[in-house]
Amino acid sequence: MLKKGLFKQPKNELEKGGRMPKKPVSEQGTELTSQCPACNLKTPVTMLLDNFNVCNCGYHFQFNARQRIDFIADEGSFCEMFDNLESVDIISFPGYEGKLKNAKLASKEREAVVCGTAEIGKNKCALFVMESGFMMGSMGSVVGEKVTRMFEYATENNLPVVGYTVSGGARMQEGIISLMQMAKTSGAVKRHSDAGGFYLAVLTHPTTGGVTASFASEGDIILAEPQALIGFAGPRVIEQTIRKKLPPEFQTAEFLLDKGFIDNIAPRKDQKQLISKLLSMHKRSW
Amino acid sequence: MSAFEKVLASRAKDRPTGLAYIIAIFDDFIELHGDRRFAEDTAIAGGIARLNDMPVTVIAMDKGNTTKEKIYRNFGSPNPEGYRKALRLMKQAEKFRRPVICFVDTSGAFCGIGAEERGQGLAIAENLMEMMTLKVPVISIFIGEGGSGGALALAVADEVWMLENAMYSVISPEGCASILWKDPKKVKEAAESLKLTAQDLKKLGVIEEIIAEPKKGFESVYKLLESKLTDALSRSLKIPAEELICKRYERFRKFGVFKEI
Repeated sequence: MLKKGLFKQPKNELEKGGRMPKKPVSEQGTELTSQCPACNLKTPVTMLLDNFNVCNCGYHFQFNARQRIDFIADEGSFCEMFDNLESVDIISFPGYEGKLKNAKLASKEREAVVCGTAEIGKNKCALFVMESGFMMGSMGSVVGEKVTRMFEYATENNLPVVGYTVSGGARMQEGIISLMQMAKTSGAVKRHSDAGGFYLAVLTHPTTGGVTASFASEGDIILAEPQALIGFAGPRVIEQTIRKKLPPEFQTAEFLLDKGFIDNIAPRKDQKQLISKLLSMHKRSW
Repeated sequence: MSAFEKVLASRAKDRPTGLAYIIAIFDDFIELHGDRRFAEDTAIAGGIARLNDMPVTVIAMDKGNTTKEKIYRNFGSPNPEGYRKALRLMKQAEKFRRPVICFVDTSGAFCGIGAEERGQGLAIAENLMEMMTLKVPVISIFIGEGGSGGALALAVADEVWMLENAMYSVISPEGCASILWKDPKKVKEAAESLKLTAQDLKKLGVIEEIIAEPKKGFESVYKLLESKLTDALSRSLKIPAEELICKRYERFRKFGVFKEI
């Protein structure tokens, strides 16, 4: 079929460019859009946000920690805790101080995890949400300390813990002390668990390395967002080790579900209701 | 020695492997195989032995010395089954009130399709959690390479000792140089920056003891370890289980340096 208006003379400069604005241009000049890496469709940011930052095709765009808290916690219920902790350059690692400074500016957060108490569907819980904008959500002393304090607080106060993970793993710039955070957080999760506490982990894109090998895998129930990359070793490292290309589905949430390592996949639009239900079913009423 | 020279020494081909320590230090070693879930993993060997008459559970990563052994041992890189076997043996030790001694020597947990498919991350995480509350004394000794989470999965212990030329790091210097600085040539600088030598780790409080290495032969090391282990275990066996677990928790709880503003 011939394209409509193929032989039409352009009436003005705009038509010559081949595009007519479909929507009134916003006051700033252009409307911000995000292009979906899965279906290539461009969607206005405001429309995306109304749909939990999910494209019509089902692709889940990243959420920052504050957006996640706004969407999962009941309005006004979130009370932040331990936000006074800040990283230091423990082992004088080259370039670390600069990276911390940039990470703070880029993410507008003090560190790669935000903790506090919240209500989800009127169920009180301890909530921690990791922030990928801060050095790829890597775990150093502060992330380890905040997560540990969150579990210790929850144990003392008989609260369930809901934790959203996103992380590139342990933070190289803090050397062995980062590795120790894996044991430290695992110890706190164990104490909470032994005291009968309920821990729900929600794994988001991407969750890898030392976080996968510690508190992300230690939930009583583990959910994951669609298509999230979840694994211990990163795909590039595995490809280099085995010198083979990896299948496309490898290490996705769907792959983990198939292999039996997560309880279910939770699309964002269903998460709040699902988490509320799970929390209310774990209330100790006897 | 510079940090990178120590890294090379920790990987030296003629270094005794985990099983050599077991055979030299303990009597009557009986190897126990398999994770009772999926497979036997030959990168980790474990079983029961006697330390001066006291029954103990011993678990050792082994890299192998000859090429044939190295292939058989998967170069000392465990799959999830190795960690699950180790945990099975530790739980068995807890039931029969035997102390646990682990020898650590790995470049890291194995990176492969199978390892991921069978939950490498989960296997390590479970060991971290369960070792934290194991009701019997646990001592881990780093005899060569201590590669990240794959090493930590056998090192949530009451005490961690390290051979003088062993290393323990969050990432290999090679990995750090290429991931962080995109320059594989910066490996020496990375080794220095990561603070991965036994001496650095002692300063950071991550290990309790450094075991001196003689210039030739490890006979004196085995002898020293035998007497040190006997002393340490006879001390810790007197501590009530609850207190032991509490101390282990505090040992790891204290790690972390930060500002409170």
